[in-house]
Amino acid sequence: MQPTSHDFKANAHRALGDPNLQRAMDMMRTGFPVNRAAAIARLPEFDALRDEGIAIKNHVIANLDFYLETFEKNVVAQGGKVHWCRDAAQARETILGICRDAGAKTVTKGKSMVSEEIALNDYLEANGVTPVETDLGEYIVQIRHETPSHIIAPAVHLVKEQVAESFRATHTHLPPDRPLDEARVMCDEARTVLRAKFLSADIGITGANFLIAETGSSIIVTNEGNGDLTQTLPKAHIVLASLEKVVPTLEDASTLLRLLARSATGQEFSTYTTVSTGPRRADDTDGPAAYHVVLLDNGRTALLGGEFQDMLRCIRCAACLNHCPVYGAVGGHAYGWVYSGPMGAVLTPSLIGIEEAGNLPNASTFCGRCESVCPMRIPLPRMMRSWREREFARRLSPQAQRWGLAVWAYVARRPRLYRWVSAMTSHILSLVGGTRGRFRTLPLVAGWTDTRDMPAPEGRSFMSQWAAREKRS
Amino acid sequence: MADSPRVALFVTCLVDLFRPTVGFAAVKLLEEAGCRVEVPAAQTCCGQPAFNSGDRDNAKALARQVIDVFKGFDYVVVPSGSCGGMIKTHYPELFATDPIMADVANALAAKTFELVSFLTDVMKCDHIAARYDGVATYHDACSGLRELGIKDQPRRLLKGVEGLTLKEMATPEVCCGFGGTFCVKYPEISDKMVSDKVADIVATGADTLLCGDMGCLLNMAGKQSRLGKSIRVRHVAEVLAGMTDTTPPIAAPREKR
Ligand code: SF4
Repeated sequence: MQPTSHDFKANAHRALGDPNLQRAMDMMRTGFPVNRAAAIARLPEFDALRDEGIAIKNHVIANLDFYLETFEKNVVAQGGKVHWCRDAAQARETILGICRDAGAKTVTKGKSMVSEEIALNDYLEANGVTPVETDLGEYIVQIRHETPSHIIAPAVHLVKEQVAESFRATHTHLPPDRPLDEARVMCDEARTVLRAKFLSADIGITGANFLIAETGSSIIVTNEGNGDLTQTLPKAHIVLASLEKVVPTLEDASTLLRLLARSATGQEFSTYTTVSTGPRRADDTDGPAAYHVVLLDNGRTALLGGEFQDMLRCIRCAACLNHCPVYGAVGGHAYGWVYSGPMGAVLTPSLIGIEEAGNLPNASTFCGRCESVCPMRIPLPRMMRSWREREFARRLSPQAQRWGLAVWAYVARRPRLYRWVSAMTSHILSLVGGTRGRFRTLPLVAGWTDTRDMPAPEGRSFMSQWAAREKRS
Repeated sequence: MADSPRVALFVTCLVDLFRPTVGFAAVKLLEEAGCRVEVPAAQTCCGQPAFNSGDRDNAKALARQVIDVFKGFDYVVVPSGSCGGMIKTHYPELFATDPIMADVANALAAKTFELVSFLTDVMKCDHIAARYDGVATYHDACSGLRELGIKDQPRRLLKGVEGLTLKEMATPEVCCGFGGTFCVKYPEISDKMVSDKVADIVATGADTLLCGDMGCLLNMAGKQSRLGKSIRVRHVAEVLAGMTDTTPPIAAPREKR
């Protein structure tokens, strides 16, 4: 996927003018936060659970090599294979190699953001392997030739009329005038269409929410059960996961799962939680003949020991997206790459470079709502600020902004000059503002006054009034 | 008055420039609560614009200046959760690895408070006698809410104001879109956020909007005024200090002098 993060402003402009997107975002903004709040209200020990989850993740991050090697050892003991991949290209080639060895023509896929990160679908397609997304949201964006706009709800940017339209355009074997105005009906249609694809797939690819070191298992959670069919029906199951997904034990995973579902959708637990351990054994009634884990680094280990290390705790629950007013205004596609919202604003620059993604950590009011809902208490605003510091140090931020800041700082570091400037400015502005009490246009802040008035200063600055008062007394 | 605390008022740039009444209201409230109030003349800005723009050097220089000017007082009180949060939570962060400055930054942080929470939590005011006729809705400014835990304090004091009814909006904790330089760097997104905020305010039917931060107030006042609404927008200190008669609401027309 070619990033367009450098065009964030233009992307955002388009998004703000897109009535369907705005309608979809209106629903999202209310739905997720309400459900999460209710789920947490039902679990008084949520904060304690959070601390437990954070401790687990911090422990893993500090001992990542140990847990990854233990994981590999146990995958192998169960008859599976682990492929260590440094970057996206290596992961793509590894997966294609497995497909080729199995003579695979089609692969079904469970939802995986890492697969988006390595742009797997385009690559497979270009190499003669057809990927079929089986998560409903992923399926919808796939048939629309779009990308997911949200890490757990890929099609959240769409309204149901748009989905119906895409279904009619794609499922041409069905009567064109069939009624498609209910979500339930569309769901059933997708289910029927996908059923055939499940049965004919040669390989199933899923992501992983967690990798369990002690058992060599991978865990996925879904609400549709599509992951189960994806990984049990075909001949081979490929798990594609970034390496920070490893946790020591099943017990640890269950702690994190309780946090994940509540933070993500406000569920107590996701509908399906599936644990896969190795390929089918002799006495198993079903399961794949081969089990591969493609373990991706792609820049993660570079975060270890640095100011962005905490980001490796992220369990991809999307609470930060769901509660972000900027995400809620412009949706995920505006961010221009795979990850969006606050977690994307921190992660994207470290994966594709701050030169490309500089807008993302800047497009935040630092309202802090993301950090306050993050189950892993990841200091997202602090890390966005760290990116701004790097940008500033490398002179990547816009020149006008840098100069404005320099002039302002020059004045603010000189109290007498500052008092004089402030007194003059408030005096002049309040005179110009006259009795209206506000400005409809004002130079230098056109961005503000294009859409809102600028209140006029009351009169003389506080400090000059105070000084006069002190003199009198 | 010998044992009454010596309190320095950190006026903040926006109050100094746009809304001196808030400064005088703060002084009045503090004095009525039994404090000796001083306003150090050498104060300027807390440095947050530099800090949030990634300019650590200027942020540190300004923080040093503030620490220097304010370190000798019992308390530092700020009529803004945003600037208060800067001093209280971010100064210690700025100097965390500086063995000499860390201590003084922490010391200043420990005695710095946002105005309303200082009145309730430190001075233990439960009731302030004031009168305001109107139905008000209260916006929780982000830094005050999430960095300093200010939520209940202003509401508690406002409940005691005669003639005032509080009516909550649906999402008082959602950012208004001001965000310091954000509103000029990303004006379209900022406008979308403040439009949603104003819609939420209007839906309450309240005739007054209160908040504890000038940045948010200027933003929301400017938007509602552009939309032709006539909601009375004021800093919470103006209402608590009973100073609403002396000056018109933010962005409202003034009488000829
Ligand atoms: S950063 Fe936190 S809130 Fe956001 S997706 Fe990750 S774990 Fe969830």
